[in-house]
Amino acid sequence: MNFKSAKELLELCGEYGMRICEVMRRREITQGELPGEEVHRRMVRVMEIMKQSAMDPILNPVRSMGGLIGGEAAKLAACQEKGGNICGNVLGRGITYACAVLEVNASMGLIVAAPTAGASGIVPGLLLALQEEYHLPDEKLEDALMTAGAIGYLAMQNATVAGAVGGCQAEVGVASAMAAAGAVEMMGGSPVQSLDAASTVLMNMLGLVCDPVGGLVECPCQGRNAAGVANALAAAQMALAGIRQLIPLDEMIEAMYVVGRKMPMELRETALGGCAATRTGCTLCRSARAPEGAGNTGM
Amino acid sequence: MAFISVFDVLGPNMIGPSSSHTAGAAVIAYLAQKMINGTLQQVEFILYGSFAQTYKGHGTDRALLGGIMGFGTDDTRIRDSFQIAKERGLEYRFETNEKETDVYPNTVDIRMTNTAGQTMTVRGESLGGGKVQIVRINQVKVHFTGEYSAVIVIHRDTPGVVAHITRCLSDRNLNIAFMRLFREAKGDTAYTIVESDDHLPESIADILQENQNVYEVMVL
Repeated sequence: MNFKSAKELLELCGEYGMRICEVMRRREITQGELPGEEVHRRMVRVMEIMKQSAMDPILNPVRSMGGLIGGEAAKLAACQEKGGNICGNVLGRGITYACAVLEVNASMGLIVAAPTAGASGIVPGLLLALQEEYHLPDEKLEDALMTAGAIGYLAMQNATVAGAVGGCQAEVGVASAMAAAGAVEMMGGSPVQSLDAASTVLMNMLGLVCDPVGGLVECPCQGRNAAGVANALAAAQMALAGIRQLIPLDEMIEAMYVVGRKMPMELRETALGGCAATRTGCTLCRSARAPEGAGNTGM
Repeated sequence: MAFISVFDVLGPNMIGPSSSHTAGAAVIAYLAQKMINGTLQQVEFILYGSFAQTYKGHGTDRALLGGIMGFGTDDTRIRDSFQIAKERGLEYRFETNEKETDVYPNTVDIRMTNTAGQTMTVRGESLGGGKVQIVRINQVKVHFTGEYSAVIVIHRDTPGVVAHITRCLSDRNLNIAFMRLFREAKGDTAYTIVESDDHLPESIADILQENQNVYEVMVL
């Protein structure tokens, strides 16, 4: 069982009466030649790492390697404790977890790239927040991750998930589309609704540039992960409410790819444009690149 | 295009912060240490392009050193690799080369010396998403990715060696996915790289070594 487009995926769902996660799991077993138990075992490991990286920094804040971020997750959690949760439970937790994962990532901790390291907070952020709020078992989380994986696979197959090729829309944009489709799956939505939610996110994040200050995966990456959770949640709720997306996912993936390739190189991960090229960004960039002491040598 | 698994999307499981600058660096160094026999005594890393400019903030140095000590991309010891290298008595040095610009943006040369005094230099490129390619061994241009089980045979460029290699593999029912031969010059040292769909056992090295024109065999 295999598919190369969202259209083919939807046809398989219809033909076999399967959900997206079931088609994706079948594809892994038949095309990837992995036994079902092995797919499950690996997914369990993915969930373990995601949970750990989303929760750890709340209690143990860590400073990043480049020194631009650190401690954001603990601040967000403390703010919510004090009744400052203006986002509500799901979004409040979602952005806390997303910031936490980026904190772990930037301090050389263990994360799951989803689909990239720079966008690794969004999928666990939203899906773990939903799992907690609605007291859902890990099986639901696993299904949601499979569905999210199907969206990410389509973007990798037919476009790109590299910031250097397609800008931040290809990283944070695709990660948010994955999270939106996974959230719909988790909340009992249909395959059409999952794909609509993913398409909506790509539409709303189209054109987002990749402009990391100092070339580091820290700023604006962490904030964009939080914003990605919000985008995904809004799109998921719209889809679950039965609002149809006019433009199919396949066409939005293509549009994202075309826009990405038209971006000047300064806005594709080179740290030469956008936030990275602001006066403050340049100052931070120089301090982040300054060597610590005499350099690293063991000789 | 190769099969894209759900674990290529939700993965790799990796030490941050960057799949290209951290995970990819670890993979290159991991492959490099597989190519030299015995215990490593000394290693030098020469960083080019974006690697040279941003390696500290991305922990590229720690990842390279971790990989050279055999750590995988998800090994949390990568963060402490300077300390661990010191404990193991492994000498290391990082250099940047920002003059040479005619290289892929994320390139590293790894010069290894083992306790027997043998040396080897491997050049790797990090392509993003943790994917890498090895493009040079010593002075010879090569190409392989480490995604398949592979064997590298260093041999004299003379008739019969390739037939010997394929016979050894076919006798053991091992299917070849890709096979390429690279050489310094006609009749000189050649590198044959075989990538297989099947897992290549370490024991294949001894069998391949039986031909007198084979100098060295490395199973990756």
